[in-house]
Amino acid sequence: MSTVESAVGVRRTWPRYVLLTALAVFFLFPIAFMLVGALKPDAKVIADGDSLKAFWPEGASLENFSDAFQRARFGRLFINSVIIAVPVVGLGLVVNSLAGYGLARLPFRGSKLIVLAMIALTIIPLEAVAVPLLFLVSEFGWRNTYHVQILPFIANPLFIYLFYTFFLAVPKNLEEAARIDGAGPLTIFLRVVAPLAKPAYATVGILSFLFIWGQLLWPVLVTSGPSVRPLPMGISVFIAQPPISWGDIMAFAFMMVLPLMAVFVIFQRWFIQSVASSGIKG
Amino acid sequence: MAQTATAPQPGREAAGSGRRRAERLMGLAMTLPGILLLLVFLAVPFAMAIGLSLTNQRLGSPLPLRVVGLENYTETLGDPDFWKAFFNNLWFAAIVVPLQTGLALWLAILVNRRIKGIRVFRAIYFAPVVVVMAVAATIWLLLYSPERGLINGFLQFISFGALKSEWLDSTTMALPAIILMSVWQGAGFQMVIILAGLQDIPETLYEAAVIDGATQWQQFRFVTLPQLRNTLLFVVTVTSILAFRLFDQVWVMTRGAPLGSTRTMMLQMVETGFERQQIARGSAIAVIFFLIVLTLTILQRLVIKEDTGQ
Repeated sequence: MSTVESAVGVRRTWPRYVLLTALAVFFLFPIAFMLVGALKPDAKVIADGDSLKAFWPEGASLENFSDAFQRARFGRLFINSVIIAVPVVGLGLVVNSLAGYGLARLPFRGSKLIVLAMIALTIIPLEAVAVPLLFLVSEFGWRNTYHVQILPFIANPLFIYLFYTFFLAVPKNLEEAARIDGAGPLTIFLRVVAPLAKPAYATVGILSFLFIWGQLLWPVLVTSGPSVRPLPMGISVFIAQPPISWGDIMAFAFMMVLPLMAVFVIFQRWFIQSVASSGIKG
Repeated sequence: MAQTATAPQPGREAAGSGRRRAERLMGLAMTLPGILLLLVFLAVPFAMAIGLSLTNQRLGSPLPLRVVGLENYTETLGDPDFWKAFFNNLWFAAIVVPLQTGLALWLAILVNRRIKGIRVFRAIYFAPVVVVMAVAATIWLLLYSPERGLINGFLQFISFGALKSEWLDSTTMALPAIILMSVWQGAGFQMVIILAGLQDIPETLYEAAVIDGATQWQQFRFVTLPQLRNTLLFVVTVTSILAFRLFDQVWVMTRGAPLGSTRTMMLQMVETGFERQQIARGSAIAVIFFLIVLTLTILQRLVIKEDTGQ
């Protein structure tokens, strides 16, 4: 719409910035509240909670952070979340991209049907299978383990489909050239196609990291102690555990979203693009 | 490479088809890990949900497994708590879908301009998405505190002490409070999807509209909206499905309280299938939930079909 505006003529832009800033305040104030609360003594978080003083870090210290480590075992939970997220994202990228490439470029008997099945599976959310899956993993004796929180989330029909459509759009002549030189399909995939697919890998990697880092329902069902519990489950237990100390909780919350914020700031463009492409099927 | 230009020899032909067979096998081998994992962790549990919902299965129960037909469904549908949960989800969807889609559309239009610093604003509006729901719910739990919370503090400040609410402690305000928090957390996600849709609209359509003397509102009504139709349908469908998946917020903030006013289908499913270990009843709720998701998806596809059919 930018051309329209330039056609209408250069208007003063400050009212627009006032509006944009007002909206920014709405979206940022709870995050600022969390950051400041993480630095303040518990009593101050509550006492200052209902006024602008909530955003002023009076008596700031890092005590809440060390408390979060001691009282809520933040370190243990963080390591748990990493142990779960790294294979889910890493193996997920390998498994889903291989499947997407196989279906797009090396058709075998029944592969068309599998593509259709993949599209159909995208509409089954975790919630629809959580209870029977809980029954299944209980039969296996898998509850309260890391792998029960990893294995169900590696393969993902939406991600396979995203890779599939990406690989379909890659021009065939590059692969043909390598094929004539005698390269096998796996070599072609690893040397020629995968390096071209960095945007698809970034998209899927970011989406699956965002999803697994925040996952709460499944850990509620399958974890019972702090030994393998991930961060979202940890915070839901911590806020129900007296004595409730809001400073510690805000420090916990802040440290929990820090890796996501870091990924977001570093890969901002990819991040936004990956969310946009998750809606491409629309 | 000169040889490839010459007439194909019989030996080459055989080697070529052998190679094709090898490639087909490779295709299957590459796809197999994904297929197996999806079978074990998605397709089989989904079939089991239907199967288990027709039995009396409980977690770790010594009772023999028995097929009970539709008993779990009739009992679920006869349970006032289930209907309470269902209508809470419906009410949540009825408010969140138009509110969040409308806000996201407005934000997307606002940030779809090439003015200085716009990428910073885009990032800020998206930031709550990065603060995952469990954390967002934790922060807002304190913001909604009736006595010392910032929301009441703000309301009392602008109304000279007249306005205040019990928020999460009130049967009438708890769900609206969760709605506001959910919209805050999720609008950025939809904004980005709509923004991608906006940027696909050909600039020439707006130029033509300007030449025809269209006002800003007419451009929005007759160019932007029709062009965004499928994107908006997708966003509306996804948001409606999310409304029926509502769990994290209520788990962290209320656990269904006060008096079941924030009870949801997913909370009901977790309580039944996990806490009361009634796998069969929980599976019945899962199947009902899936039928709702399926209906919403089919509706979306039908409306899109109708559109492209014209």
